[in-house]
Amino acid sequence: MDYIFIQILNGVQLGLLMFLLAAGLTLTFGIMDLVNLAHGSLYMMGAYLAWTFIGWTDSFVLGALLSLPATFLLGVAVEAVVMRRLYARDHLDQVLATFGLILFFNELVRAVWGPAGKSIAVPAFLGQTVEILPGIPYPAYRFAIIVAGGVVALLLAWLVARTRMGMVIRAGASNRRMIGALGVDIELLFSLVFGLGAVFAGLAGVMAAPIASVKIGMGDDILILAFVIIVIGGIGSIKGAFVAAMMVGQIDIFGRTFLPDLLKTFLSPAAASGAAPALSQMLIYIVMAGVLVWRPTGLFGQRQ
Amino acid sequence: MTEALLSTQALVKRFGGLLATDNVSIEVRPGEIHALIGPNGAGKTTLVGQLTGNLAPDSGTIRFAGRDVTRLPTHARVRLGLARSFQITSVLREFTALDNVALAVQAHRGHSFRFLADARADTGLREAARDGLAAVGLGARADTLASALSHGEQRQLEIAMALAGDPRMLLLDEPMAGMGADESQRMVELLRGLKGRRAMLLIEHDMDAVFALADRITVLVYGRATASGTPAEIRAHAEVRQAYLGEEAP
Amino acid sequence: MIAPVIAALRTPRGLVALAVLVLFAVLPLLTQAFDQRYLLSIGTRIVIWSIAAVSLNMILGYGGMVSFGHAAFFGIGGYAVGILSASGVSDGWVQWPVAILAAAAWAALIGALSLRTRGVYFIMITLAFAQLVYYVGASLEAYGGDDGLNIGRSRFSGLIDLRDKASFYWLCLVLLLATLWFCSRLAVSRFGFVLRGAKANDQRMSALGFPVFWYRLTAFVIAGAFGGLAGVLLANEGAYVSPAMMSWVKSGDLIVIVVLGGMGTLLGPVYGAIAFFTLEESLKPLMDLVHKGWGEYWQIVFGPMLVLVALYAKGGISSLLGRRHD
Repeated sequence: MDYIFIQILNGVQLGLLMFLLAAGLTLTFGIMDLVNLAHGSLYMMGAYLAWTFIGWTDSFVLGALLSLPATFLLGVAVEAVVMRRLYARDHLDQVLATFGLILFFNELVRAVWGPAGKSIAVPAFLGQTVEILPGIPYPAYRFAIIVAGGVVALLLAWLVARTRMGMVIRAGASNRRMIGALGVDIELLFSLVFGLGAVFAGLAGVMAAPIASVKIGMGDDILILAFVIIVIGGIGSIKGAFVAAMMVGQIDIFGRTFLPDLLKTFLSPAAASGAAPALSQMLIYIVMAGVLVWRPTGLFGQRQ
Repeated sequence: MTEALLSTQALVKRFGGLLATDNVSIEVRPGEIHALIGPNGAGKTTLVGQLTGNLAPDSGTIRFAGRDVTRLPTHARVRLGLARSFQITSVLREFTALDNVALAVQAHRGHSFRFLADARADTGLREAARDGLAAVGLGARADTLASALSHGEQRQLEIAMALAGDPRMLLLDEPMAGMGADESQRMVELLRGLKGRRAMLLIEHDMDAVFALADRITVLVYGRATASGTPAEIRAHAEVRQAYLGEEAP
Repeated sequence: MIAPVIAALRTPRGLVALAVLVLFAVLPLLTQAFDQRYLLSIGTRIVIWSIAAVSLNMILGYGGMVSFGHAAFFGIGGYAVGILSASGVSDGWVQWPVAILAAAAWAALIGALSLRTRGVYFIMITLAFAQLVYYVGASLEAYGGDDGLNIGRSRFSGLIDLRDKASFYWLCLVLLLATLWFCSRLAVSRFGFVLRGAKANDQRMSALGFPVFWYRLTAFVIAGAFGGLAGVLLANEGAYVSPAMMSWVKSGDLIVIVVLGGMGTLLGPVYGAIAFFTLEESLKPLMDLVHKGWGEYWQIVFGPMLVLVALYAKGGISSLLGRRHD
């Protein structure tokens, strides 16, 4: 029972990380109609920048905090140099250009930080476990991710639901032409939204770094997962991204932890543990296919 | 009274809270031109969408040529003989005028799961397409790219494409939209020439054209068919004058 | 018959096409004469990738379907050969048809599901299905899992020895020419007109009475079959299959090749493949020339080049050769 509870928490933690990544993606999708494959590169850059800053400051918290404005600036710069020219283009151009950006960033990281992966240690003050329920210890760092991810998710919900910028974002996500009619500086808005998405991606990268490894291409596979999430949730919908991220988090953890046991009932143990990780990944794509067959524009997407 | 070729019974379509089609029952008889008029936002496009199969009605039925077609997809309705032209010109711009019509002919002649034979060498298709172009007065423009045709010519091409399958009925969604006076006049002549041979449901803002062509007129306001009758009756109808023609009731 | 061919050869487009064909035809002789075996293996890869790119172009260029999962067909074609070969079936007469049918069947399945969606959803669902195949490949522990599988090359009852580099190259080239011939017929056939019409305006095509979905699905299956053929060839080229041959980056590379060469043109994908691999091979030494050691990081230059192509050179190489005569 305890074991299941902890696995569910792990799923929540993964889901929140994925939500941070998916939130920026779904906003740029919904508002700018932009397919940004390079969003995962910002996730990777966040982690690498944090690694460097942590080295300078000798403090996880300071380093992580420094990496956020840095990824924001990077996001704004990428937006100004490349993305801005892509908004009016068709999706194919966007796929091609942002695919080019992925190659660029992966190679840049290899040139600057070298081909070997980096590791960021869990900060000492979060190195222990916390007792989240009586008798159930849970790694403090993972718990911190849940707390931080939860706070950011709430912040985002507040930003989108309650502020003027949020209102414009919502209006834009459901009807792009509305934004111009609202008398908003579109260029500035797009810059900000893109920068914000970059910060969230960077934050997800930083937080994931101590439990995953910091390596080249780390953003690519997870980016596809983020795409799956926003497609399941419905493009442009923050709520959809959240629900889908939680779903995917649980499915992934279920696949990793329970599938091997399930498979062992009819496969040899070695074959079962070999096939399980891949099967758990497949499970996510099967769920996505199912959702799209049922609802071609996702759970919370605009119906055509 | 002859049996209607196309009819709707109590058609209803909602978009959220908005009732875009409110219990509409109309009939188009074989060979007649039935015009559908109404102010912007009256639900004309929504109604056309349901007739063509692009939108599914929430309730009510659509019958065409003695069959219930309410749930048939667009292409199946076309095959029964219900062709349409579009409000926004939608010829295939990268193809020549002749290719456009040939493609339309192709839809009705044999199947198109042929992968190796050159469709441009298919004289049956090409001849029929040339005849179709000539019939709408575009015979000389056969090899011009559709994108290079004038707006009026593109609309004529639309009609030629709709006619290619020898349909029993045409749905004409604002065929005169964006046309100059000369072009409109040519289109009126073209449609008048088709009258009697094919039923037409004409959606049009140009009242001169509507009154020149229509046998019967239905007025749509806020999704409801508020009046239906001959042009003379509609002209005299007080409610119509008020609601649509913008005149105060006497 | 001859006159239009000669007329076409007078145009820059025709001359370039002829030059490329001649170069392809004499490549094994050249590499042998100058003892550059390495170049022949690059040439073979260019030819195989051209087949895959031509097949992607059928749906992307002519059909307007931005499929981001075409490398899955590499994988299915390749793994079908690999698994059969590991099970002791090394006869190419069995392996190849099975592999191509498997790819076509997969295309039919995912096409039927994916083509219900539009736009970005289509891009993403094809990507996701390709990832699904990727993970299936990675989970096949019996066939090497992540590490892949060494296989024997297909045998054709002594007719041709695929271990001979030159023979294999010729075979690939003949298959590329056959693929190009088929594609050139397809483009102007009844089917091709419907497919291209649906790219331009699918509503219009439905309103003409075409069940667009079935045409798209058919095109998807045809493209999948040729993609599977390319996978069969890739597996035989390296005598090796691995999940890496169907990673999503390969699908991206294929899109790059098609766009780089010129979408919706017959030879564009071939030019694209030539340009792609030539860039890959030449950027390294070029950058090393500028500064020793920079060549390793050639993608720092290549990535932005793709951005520029997307922004400013959408017509691809093919559009540089003047107006089309099709």
